[in-house]
Amino acid sequence: MTPIPFDKAALVQGLYSILPELVVIGTAIAVLLADLLLPERGKKSLCHLGIAGTAVAILAALSLGPGRIDGFSGMIVHDGVGLFITLTILATTLLTLLMATGYSEWEGTQKGEFYALLLFSAAGMLFMAKGTDLMTVFLGLETMSIPIYCLVGFHRDRMTSLEGALKYFLLGAFASGFLLYGIALIYSATGTTKIPAIAGMIGDLRLFGNPVFVAGVGLLLVGFAFKVSLVPFHMWTPDAYQGAPTVVTAFMAAGVKAAAFAALLRVTMLIFPALGPGMTNILWVLAFLTMTVGNLAALLQDNVKRMLAYSSIAHAGYILVGLVSVDVAGGQAALFYLLVYAFMNLGAFGVIMLLAHREDDGYDIGNFKGVGFRYPALGGLLTLFLVSLAGIPPTAGFIGKFYLFSAAVKNGYVGLAVLGVLNSAVSVYYYLRPVVYMYMLPAPGEVPVPRPPRTAFSLALCISAAAVLVLGLAPRSVLAFAERSILSLLM
Amino acid sequence: MTGVALLDQHLLSVLIGLPLIGAALLLFFPREGNGAIRNFTLLVTVVEFLLSLSVVARFDVAAAGMQLVERVPWIPQYGISYIVGVDGISLWILMLTTFIMPITILSTWSAVAKNVKEFMVFMLVLETAMVGVFLATDLFLFYIFWELVLIPMYFLIGVWGGERRIYAAIKFFLYTFAGSVLMLVAIIALYFHHHAVTGVYTMDLMKLYELTIPVKLQLWLFAAFFLAFAFKVPMFPFHTWLPDAHVEAPTAGSVILAAVLLKMGTYGFLRFAMALFPVAAADWTPLIAVLAVIGIIYGALVAMVQKDVKKLVAYSSVSHLGFVMLGLFAFNLQGIEGAILQMVNHGISTGALFLIVGIIYERRHTRLISEFGGLAKVVPLFCFCFMVVTLSSIGVPGTNGFVGEFLILLGVFKVQKWFAVVAATGVIFAAVYMLWMFQRVMYGKITNEENLRLADMNGREVAYMLPLLLFILWIGVYPQPFLRRMDASVNAFVTRFEAKKQAALAGSPAGETVLVRYFDVKKGGAR
Repeated sequence: MTPIPFDKAALVQGLYSILPELVVIGTAIAVLLADLLLPERGKKSLCHLGIAGTAVAILAALSLGPGRIDGFSGMIVHDGVGLFITLTILATTLLTLLMATGYSEWEGTQKGEFYALLLFSAAGMLFMAKGTDLMTVFLGLETMSIPIYCLVGFHRDRMTSLEGALKYFLLGAFASGFLLYGIALIYSATGTTKIPAIAGMIGDLRLFGNPVFVAGVGLLLVGFAFKVSLVPFHMWTPDAYQGAPTVVTAFMAAGVKAAAFAALLRVTMLIFPALGPGMTNILWVLAFLTMTVGNLAALLQDNVKRMLAYSSIAHAGYILVGLVSVDVAGGQAALFYLLVYAFMNLGAFGVIMLLAHREDDGYDIGNFKGVGFRYPALGGLLTLFLVSLAGIPPTAGFIGKFYLFSAAVKNGYVGLAVLGVLNSAVSVYYYLRPVVYMYMLPAPGEVPVPRPPRTAFSLALCISAAAVLVLGLAPRSVLAFAERSILSLLM
Repeated sequence: MTGVALLDQHLLSVLIGLPLIGAALLLFFPREGNGAIRNFTLLVTVVEFLLSLSVVARFDVAAAGMQLVERVPWIPQYGISYIVGVDGISLWILMLTTFIMPITILSTWSAVAKNVKEFMVFMLVLETAMVGVFLATDLFLFYIFWELVLIPMYFLIGVWGGERRIYAAIKFFLYTFAGSVLMLVAIIALYFHHHAVTGVYTMDLMKLYELTIPVKLQLWLFAAFFLAFAFKVPMFPFHTWLPDAHVEAPTAGSVILAAVLLKMGTYGFLRFAMALFPVAAADWTPLIAVLAVIGIIYGALVAMVQKDVKKLVAYSSVSHLGFVMLGLFAFNLQGIEGAILQMVNHGISTGALFLIVGIIYERRHTRLISEFGGLAKVVPLFCFCFMVVTLSSIGVPGTNGFVGEFLILLGVFKVQKWFAVVAATGVIFAAVYMLWMFQRVMYGKITNEENLRLADMNGREVAYMLPLLLFILWIGVYPQPFLRRMDASVNAFVTRFEAKKQAALAGSPAGETVLVRYFDVKKGGAR
């Protein structure tokens, strides 16, 4: 074997292409080190350190610009999709950390490892979103998932937290197995793990008829389906989401979804069109099942946190509608929706964190009685986020769904679009239930006092609310950005 | 830009934006200052009405198309724009909206005591949404306003409503929302069809009007639009949410619901479903007309047996809107003008009826007919107002209801004699249930002692009832100024409707049945 020559320029370019990741990892390490030095009372600054690091990472990502930068001989790429999802993930991380300032104080997660795990996980998400090689995607997925297993079980004195973590870990391990096996099969059929190279070979090698290859793609899909909790691979979701510390739930729902869908998007956009309608039909069925099961199960929940967990499943189904129509319109709609979902989801979790004065049964819907008029700002914000999740204008959620379903109609999947809008009609029922409790049911004599939001926490809620409104009323430039991103992927 | 220039060039946008700005300002009012909040809201709605009068003043009677049009690109890469305009079809419904709002606000002085600030905020947001629905001529913009109406109304019913308010609010929201989501898919499909034919992405209604849509596609798109609007009108058998919503809503909510929200359905038929898909609309007319006639008779019969005055009025709406639908689907000048006028009439007289019910409910906290009797002697002023409104609702000559129903029946008679004959019996039924109710409430012996102490209408109540009575008589005696401003637009509508229908049917053989046209069903059943 000839030694690989050391190419300094390529290394610099590679490091440059992962600048935001490097910043996030650096911050995580800094948090761990600072944890050793800081006295118990000063642990608050760990979170501030994380916030500052994430903000710098956002600037770093923006400084890279939308142009394409290949790194590490095609293992990783910074391109439009990479940038869009990087910004989505970093915004999610930033909002999560802003909320964690308050949450950690109330629930005793004011620990160095808590923030470090969050940041490491975010770095994993970024790698996953930018991986153009299936191995990078896999490594990113593991870097993302392992810290999250720990985070879900962070409340180690609570049964629900441990139960959620264990379920998530076991099923997550299976998912990793599926994914890895899928990659191995694909490699055995093509001799490569690079997604663009695989896509280029399908026609030449007649891979669409090759059972090994098709089985590999199928297993790959199963692995992703676990991560983004598509029905029937969603069993872990409600328990993990309900048991996890609520900031972590919010982070998982938006962040993991964005990262895994970005990777799935690269696979579907490049590989699926060449495989004929069979794969698309599978996605169609998965999208339908995920939307419907998620929404129907959410109807029955009395715990708002668990309700949002099921709603998160339903939203994965909506986003998958964008991937069924493997074209620019669909991909763009999916990207836009991931961003919108991050804001409305984090916003909703943020408000319920304040309204529930303790974990677990604090999220029972009955506790929300009378809050609306007693605490108008919180009531109004939660209503806004729920209305957006339900996809009612003039919020970002509506614009997002509009583009997802119009992509489906454009590509001839009118049936799926009809099922999608009917699903969002169903979802209105459970999204409005907290509103009924907050505003319409008679208030108890003493409305429980919400947790006092810190400045950082309020800032996170304001950012989310502003984003939901701005993306709802003036989505023009962000939509154009999403479109350019997808076009850059297909080039 | 000076204020005058703003009003000059952006009058319609000001009409849409003003209530929203008012609502935003209201948020800064202290919660305790109910008086200030009420006065401010009244001021906003009155200014809105005065501004809308200048729409009438600047309205060109001879022009058929959209007037005072404003156009701003919104999401240009997808051909979505902010386009607003007004024509003879929307003018009077717009005026009805701005006219009924201050009246409704004034009626809440004593009826709404808790959370006044939020109530007024929702009322103003609702006004923005309603005005937007009638002015938007971009399908996307229209849909946004259409859905935006639901949220404030949901809160108005659910928070300030009666005992079963939550059930009624959710039912209202889910029924109308479920009805309209399919319209969204149809809008998207139409949008892509326009692109496929012309290569241009647009949601501009005027551009979409020019399109000749294949008949099979028309069927599906019409069906989706039909569902959205039929729920809203509501047509039999999509009406079941209406009695619940009307009975449980606070008086102000019922007034707005009856006067304006139901008109969104009939307006939607005229502006969108019929105008865009003429072949499908014409082909399904028999079915729709039958449903409309069933609605007329069924609504009247059910109203007749109600014990609760408010429920009676609610069912009378089902009956009255059946007339409007029948008029629209006559597809001629008289029918459509009568239907538009009747939309306004129904808004005025049913709005007034709900106000009357509200006045009496505030005094007695019951709406059961059996609780009353002999009120005429105790409250003569109230009796007079009630009587005029009752006569208007029945459609007695000299009141507005007569003109509208007469024109509708005239239009229907020209195309389908028997429908007109059967529908006319609805007028008789209306006389029966309204007069019977009026008689039981106002005349006879006073059976309940509490009724002896009833106070007559106070100055505020007279103040908001008087404009309604004025219009009942004005439209009843001299409807010409109202009809004249519809003529050009409605004439153009009828002409375009026929032309578009012919164009779409150009390739079809004469005498083709509906089954063959849409489903390729041949005589023997073979495909």
